[in-house]
Amino acid sequence: MTSALSAEAPTAPPAPAGTAVLARLEAEAIHIIREVVAEFDRPAMLFSGGKDSVVMLHLAIKAFAPGPVPFPVVHIDTGHNFPEVIEFRDRTVERHGLRLVIGSVKELIDAGALQERADGTRNPLQTVPLLNTIAEHRFDALFGGARRDEDRARAKERILSLRDEFGQWDPRNQRPELWNLYNGRHRPGQHVRAFPISNWTELDIWRYIALEDIALPSLYYAHEREVFHRDSMVRAVGPHSLPGEHEPVERLWVRYRTVGDMSCTGAVRSRATTNDLVLNEVASATVTERGATRADDRLSEAAMEDRKKDGYF
Amino acid sequence: MTHTPTPGTLLRLATAGSVDDGKSTLVGRLLHDAHAILSDQLAAVTRSSAERGFGAAPAGSDTRDDPDAGPALDLALLTDGLRDEREQGITIDVAYRYFATDRRSFVLADCPGHVQYTRNTVTGASTADAVVLLVDVRHGVVEQTRRHLAVATLLRVEHVIVAVNKIDAVDYSEEAFRAVERDIVQVSRELRGPERTGSPGGPEPIVVPVSALHGDNVVTTSTRTPWYTPHTPGTSAYSGQALLPILEQLPDADASARRTEPLRLPVQSVIRAHGGYRGYAGQIAAGTLRVGDTVRIQPGIQLTQVTGLERTTLQEQHAAETSTAGTSATASEVAAAGESLTIRLAGDHDVARGSVLTDPQRPAVELDEVTLQVAWLHQRPAVAGSRVLFKHGTATIKALVAEVSDRLDLNTLRSGPADQLQLNDIGTVTLRLASVLPVDDYSVSKRTGAGLLIDPADGNTLAAAMIHLPDPQDADATAPDSDEDWLNS
Repeated sequence: MTSALSAEAPTAPPAPAGTAVLARLEAEAIHIIREVVAEFDRPAMLFSGGKDSVVMLHLAIKAFAPGPVPFPVVHIDTGHNFPEVIEFRDRTVERHGLRLVIGSVKELIDAGALQERADGTRNPLQTVPLLNTIAEHRFDALFGGARRDEDRARAKERILSLRDEFGQWDPRNQRPELWNLYNGRHRPGQHVRAFPISNWTELDIWRYIALEDIALPSLYYAHEREVFHRDSMVRAVGPHSLPGEHEPVERLWVRYRTVGDMSCTGAVRSRATTNDLVLNEVASATVTERGATRADDRLSEAAMEDRKKDGYF
Repeated sequence: MTHTPTPGTLLRLATAGSVDDGKSTLVGRLLHDAHAILSDQLAAVTRSSAERGFGAAPAGSDTRDDPDAGPALDLALLTDGLRDEREQGITIDVAYRYFATDRRSFVLADCPGHVQYTRNTVTGASTADAVVLLVDVRHGVVEQTRRHLAVATLLRVEHVIVAVNKIDAVDYSEEAFRAVERDIVQVSRELRGPERTGSPGGPEPIVVPVSALHGDNVVTTSTRTPWYTPHTPGTSAYSGQALLPILEQLPDADASARRTEPLRLPVQSVIRAHGGYRGYAGQIAAGTLRVGDTVRIQPGIQLTQVTGLERTTLQEQHAAETSTAGTSATASEVAAAGESLTIRLAGDHDVARGSVLTDPQRPAVELDEVTLQVAWLHQRPAVAGSRVLFKHGTATIKALVAEVSDRLDLNTLRSGPADQLQLNDIGTVTLRLASVLPVDDYSVSKRTGAGLLIDPADGNTLAAAMIHLPDPQDADATAPDSDEDWLNS
């Protein structure tokens, strides 16, 4: 007899081994990247230095080898990024001979075109510079590293997602997406977001990173750092993340499961210093990565949906 | 007859059902019992359930009280992603879910049941290895059930599983289950046609009695359905097993079947690099490929040789692991269906995006007029004379709807003459193409037998199209008999 459902946290099952799953996901992602490049005039790829965008760039390099990556990478810089991540971004761009386009939140704030939020987080402010950058460079397709397992609203998004002249997503009016035939036709002013790693899970990403030995920013691995506690999250002490009077600072072993702004991204306590150790940790996690580490997603039950409709990543 | 799965393969599932069949609850139950729900997601659902007045009574408590029930949750909230859905208690769009057991990884396309959203079921089914269709045991086979079975048959989804839900609501009655089971098998046979039974596109559906609400036969076999046993005459080979173990055992159609098909490699793009490098990038749609093979460049009759393959290390490693013949050293040199790669060819040929590299012994058929079975997905109806774009493989060409010939009546399961198709209709159209395309019959090769009809004005997708080639053995094939079951011809 089956027991009634309880609200206890379940434990994660052992993960399937073998290369079949990753081989299928890799082939699918490369196919998508090549389709978009073939069918669009001015594609670009969002690259933040976060693990998902690092994997996506790795796949793009494979898709066009031995030729060069035929599009620029775009970073929407909030000015609140971890310095380690910006340094990693620049190193990666240089190593692969890529062209980097930066959209700056800070510049828009300084120019008075954007208002700093009362809570100080700048993640939700990325939409305007993102849309400005798309318009300025006339990009008609933008690759994003979003995964459908991240969030309930993302779970509903197509691999090729049409955006209107205002960059908005209309979840009630999405095109059907059939077989592996991606219909990217759009009118002038519209653009398409393409998500080649839609079907990857956090665990798939880490398995692939371990298997392919892909370099990541050091933040993803356990290190000792000064932290404080806020909103039941562990927050790094830094220029954009200062503890309050009643928020005592301590030194802890932590790592980051996601990398966003210093002002809204939390760390998790961890001793996982290598890919294999991180893999074990992710496989037995009882909290989702965004739930564990993103203050911006806690704003409301539909926080991601609202930001996506407005043109967010 | 149980199958040994390849460890750690990926199975793509689509779920479909009518409103209130309990589909979201079943999906929530699968995810929860497969431990795919983490504690913060569970906490959010617990909070929302309480706010929406669940709590003491489980979701769908029109069934019966369970004295064992603990803090009950509205499991549907685990899957409903958008604000409108949570507020209206409905599902709007295809949602993709991910879970894994120690035997397999699953990608689940959760398709909504509203009649106006049937196009989403077509979307989910087009990439699915298996469809799980929900039927309420108290209502039996309804029009939506016929529609979903028709879509699964039309799209030739490898495995069809029907979960006969709410078995708790009829006191776990075998009689009630068998009556629904008989109807499902009957409808499925009529859709597939007598001679289709047992053919590649048409296995019998696997029918399972479940209670999504209480978890009976979802992850483990229930003691409350003792009559649901293995080897019951007239039932499927999986009889007696719960839904999840069945899903874990389904043979991996993707890996085996497509390898034995003749080679089809639609060229996505030409890759140029320093040193005069010129390669052709694509994903193998069917068959296998190795250096030295002779391929035909279609459209056209030119033959050339494969002089090199650029493959990822992961694909080589996977090929070596999955090979059953030869030493792994040679097996790893064979690229197979599903792999994305770049190939080099001998000589200078006109190969570009839209070209298809094929097996010269078994090439694709080149046609400038094709008969299509279509699922019409747009408000703008299909009528003769419409100008459309036909997207097929990596080619998109102009086309004209020459004729709309028939439409499937979901009540009688017969196709009758029609001169237009409306949203959600399934029927047959003939398309005149601006230039020849190398095509296959959808029943022979899904990837090169499928296409999209696109509105050239606004770019919207109008229809999912499956190419139907006239059988050269059959003299009457060019004039299909409209009285016949439309899938039979």
